Amino acid sequence: MPELNLVQAINQALDQEMTRDSRVVCLGEDVGANGGVFRVTEGLAAKHGGHRVQNTPLDESGIMGVAIGLAMADMRPIPEIQFEGFLGPAYDQLVNHGARYRNRTRGAIPIPLTVRVPVGGGIHAPELHSDSPEAIYAHTPGLKIVMPCTPYDAKGLLLSAIRDPDPVIFFEPKRVYRSFKEEVPEGDYTIPIGEAKLVSEGDDLTLVTWGASVFQALEAMDHLPDDVSIELIDLRSIYPFDMDAVARSVEKTGRCVIVHEAPLTCGLGAELSARIQEQCFLHLEAPVQRVTGFDTVMPYYKLELSYLPDAERIGKGVRECLAY
Amino acid sequence: MTDVSAGRERLTDQLSDDVLVSWLYDMQLIREFETRTAQAYQQAKIGGFCHVYTGQEACCVGTIAAMEHDDPIVTAYRDHGHALARGMTPEACMAEMFGKITGCAKGKGGSMHMFDKPNHLYGGHGIVGAQTPLGTGLAFAARYQWEVMGEGSKKVALAYLGDGALNQGSFHEAQNLAGLLNLPVIYIVENNGYSMGTSIERGTTMADNLVLKAKGYGIKGLQIDGFDILNVYNQFKPLVDECRDLQRPGFVDLKTYRYQGHSMSDPQKYRSKDEVEEWKSKDSIAALLSHLMSERSAVTEADWKTMQKDIRDRVKKSVDFAESSPDPEMSELTTDVYANPQPNLSPTEDYRHGVRNPLL
Repeated sequence: MPELNLVQAINQALDQEMTRDSRVVCLGEDVGANGGVFRVTEGLAAKHGGHRVQNTPLDESGIMGVAIGLAMADMRPIPEIQFEGFLGPAYDQLVNHGARYRNRTRGAIPIPLTVRVPVGGGIHAPELHSDSPEAIYAHTPGLKIVMPCTPYDAKGLLLSAIRDPDPVIFFEPKRVYRSFKEEVPEGDYTIPIGEAKLVSEGDDLTLVTWGASVFQALEAMDHLPDDVSIELIDLRSIYPFDMDAVARSVEKTGRCVIVHEAPLTCGLGAELSARIQEQCFLHLEAPVQRVTGFDTVMPYYKLELSYLPDAERIGKGVRECLAY
Repeated sequence: MTDVSAGRERLTDQLSDDVLVSWLYDMQLIREFETRTAQAYQQAKIGGFCHVYTGQEACCVGTIAAMEHDDPIVTAYRDHGHALARGMTPEACMAEMFGKITGCAKGKGGSMHMFDKPNHLYGGHGIVGAQTPLGTGLAFAARYQWEVMGEGSKKVALAYLGDGALNQGSFHEAQNLAGLLNLPVIYIVENNGYSMGTSIERGTTMADNLVLKAKGYGIKGLQIDGFDILNVYNQFKPLVDECRDLQRPGFVDLKTYRYQGHSMSDPQKYRSKDEVEEWKSKDSIAALLSHLMSERSAVTEADWKTMQKDIRDRVKKSVDFAESSPDPEMSELTTDVYANPQPNLSPTEDYRHGVRNPLL
């Protein structure tokens, strides 16, 4: 089985789905010959034509609006927004139109849209190029949000997203883009949206995270004493999130640490923590701990690594939770 | 604003009396409908916000008459006229505003969100100007489906907007994309002279020649007197044919006027009563009626009285229908948010207490 990195796995999924379904159209800034800002769509225009991998000007509101218009007419548009911060200009179209049409039209006009967006820090970029805004969109009924962190999951979740009848934001952790390769089946397979992945089983504490932080969590686990048994859950789907998987694990371990790059206040960790106390109260041995970015603007690269939750901070959070 | 076809036979001269009488019917239907809408709003039977179309009837009836039925249309929030002109029943339109389950979107959208997919109406929209990229996307889909997928025929999308939307960024992005990608969409500015309380001269540049704005994006534009429906059709139809044939975008500055305020709660301190009366003296329905009576001898006084009465009865029936229709069930709160209900999310039936306390 060939080994692919995250970029190659996403590229393969796009290529195969464009071949399978002529309604699939990619559009965005430089997605054509240049292959997009991170080269994720490289080669697709040459193979499928510029009319299906449509270069656009720098106009996120226009890109998102046109993509939603395409979806209204039963196409399968896949706009690429270059960085998560550039969702700002497209927010109106995405939240006020894309997320709401199914409901506003009572199901008559669904929006089968997949928005691809590189996300997160760790590549020495400034703010607007390193943010983690997933909770903003998780707070928007009508949208689904996924954030795979492995090539295998990326291909399976992207195929699910494109075939989903509702709008999906497909966040791609840019720190992971070319960081490693793994075996990815060449054939067609999907991973259901809303299903978490049990990365490693354990009995003492549940560690819940997603995106690039999964790898920070794994590193933290390497530095813990051998007799500490951690259950690591990669949420993968931000909304709907797999509360069953989280609750099942926390009921077993009694302790939970949630890790995310986004700022603490009103991050997804807050929602997960609230659900855990609602559903697992009598199983808890310690308060749910959150190890997150800070309530500040994502810093430029000199302070980037101080902002992002790293193995050391995660390890500290785990030890404090265990010692409670 | 001269009629380009003056001096030679006009397109409308080739249309039958029946077609023109149907325009008269539609325009009067919209006017009567809006009168009843305003009444119902004042009686607090319609919730939210409400913007009536009275005065602008020739715009939607004249332009939609030049389209094929499967040409997709988006418009802004003053959308009742477009819905009726596109074939939505007055019952579905009125019930939508009453928030009833029998409305076009089961009472979910309200006045600003008239959707009618079978009639290819892709919505009224509440955010000023934000519908224009959607119309551009519908044009993209139409061209792609015809050219690449070999489905259907050449289509033209219409994206209506008000003059206030001229200053929104999304509209400029939409025009640029349509010009750049050769998309068959016509942006129709229903220019009633006021964006809420701001006159167009105070709100936008080149207010007397908006066509220049489209020219900046390589888009052919026309200025059309939108108060004369014959003129609307005669000037607009050739542009539609050209945009359909060449699969190119177009732009229309359609000059019109609204008799009522921006919304139902507008003190209208920004304009004089004389100005309103002056426009009313050129009323588009009266002008068409006069053409049908004197120049065509197609309608008599008695015919007109009968038509007005029929329309009054029909609209009254739509109000009765809306009033007597049931409210949506509580369960409608959470339907159609996603295609399928999502597990573990949005508890709605009861306040959720978590797991039952085993001590009780």
